[in-house]
Amino acid sequence: MSLSRAKARKRQRMYIIGAALLAVAGAAALILTAFEDSVVFFFSPTEIIEKSPIDPDQRLRIGGLVVEGSVQKLQDGKTIAFAVTDMAQTVPISYSGILPDLFREGQGVVAEGHMSSDGTFVASEVLAKHDENYMPPEVAESLKKSGYWEEIEAKNAEQMRN
Amino acid sequence: MHRFAKPSVFLKLTDPLLPWLSGATAILIAAGLYFALFASPGDYQQGDTVRIMYLHVPAAWMGLFCYVGMAVCGAMSLIWKHPLADICARATAPIGATFTALCLITGSLWGEPMWGTWWVWDARLTSMLILLFLYLGYIALVNAFDDPERGSKAGSALALVGAVNVPIVKFSVDWWNTLHQPASIVRMDGPTVDPSMQLPLALMILGFTCYYFVMLILRVRLELNERRIRALQLSGMFDERSPGQNTDTPSYDAGHNAEASQ
Repeated sequence: MSLSRAKARKRQRMYIIGAALLAVAGAAALILTAFEDSVVFFFSPTEIIEKSPIDPDQRLRIGGLVVEGSVQKLQDGKTIAFAVTDMAQTVPISYSGILPDLFREGQGVVAEGHMSSDGTFVASEVLAKHDENYMPPEVAESLKKSGYWEEIEAKNAEQMRN
Repeated sequence: MHRFAKPSVFLKLTDPLLPWLSGATAILIAAGLYFALFASPGDYQQGDTVRIMYLHVPAAWMGLFCYVGMAVCGAMSLIWKHPLADICARATAPIGATFTALCLITGSLWGEPMWGTWWVWDARLTSMLILLFLYLGYIALVNAFDDPERGSKAGSALALVGAVNVPIVKFSVDWWNTLHQPASIVRMDGPTVDPSMQLPLALMILGFTCYYFVMLILRVRLELNERRIRALQLSGMFDERSPGQNTDTPSYDAGHNAEASQ
């Protein structure tokens, strides 16, 4: 008699803990969904275009792949201009400062700064965002030769849209 | 007697296991470090910096693994009042906290040369930092009560609530865009790490896991022994053996016993 009562109590405790966990998980999911705009680290070029015109005083981050052939040094000798893309939209960026080692064309970057009135993103900091692929140089070389490389780049661009 | 039945089973089961696990840990980590530092290629973009991965990824894995273990033990201790589950949860917390801290430190050292920053508040990094705080909060909470039973109840509740953070850490890189890259190993379409780099990674992950179990067994043993000593002290056994010797210099034991017998 008392044994089965103890068993029932244990089962009850199990249900209570399960229900409490579900409630906490639900609350966390609601909070994180509600604050999605502050949880995301950056906006994609598509989101930036959708949101524009953006107040020049608002600081934000934009992430995308550096467009091939878009990187150029401006005449003042310290400003670098390039464009980032998510393969749907492209936003021009100007930046004067030190670029990370991994900054190169076709590579993911996240820039922090503000949108100027002429539609150029003026960055005060540029970070490199590399993808999840790790391989020795020879493998990368053969992937480029066999044409799989475009597939990887397309996937990276898609992730920027996320 | 029922209280001591299960710990004795634990000791009997883990006693022969311990030397094997210790040996496996040493061999796996030694081989893992050899492959990680010498017998594996550099990355096509990151060069030799990629070798931080062989510490960073196993540490992150263990941080999450230990937390899940701690939460499951916490649930078992809440539901079945199993003393051994509580001991395991308490023993796991500092190990998991150390792995999580190691993951954050190596990640920071990796982020500076590659991303160009030591730290950003993106979803992956922030949720991992919260994981560390959950460990530290658990450790502080279980030790904050005079009555250890109340401490473990509160701690188990915290460990269970915090378990919600584990999937958030894992899937943060898929749910939101982050500076941290998406998963490379545990993903739907298989790992995106070249096979030549998977070997050192697998060796290190297995080595770290074995190391955790060695530490767990040692820490649980220590706790069981400490409890046995406390029980003997409370029973007054030590007082009878040396009567009058402690009267001049009241030791901690004497004070402890006096307090307990009030």
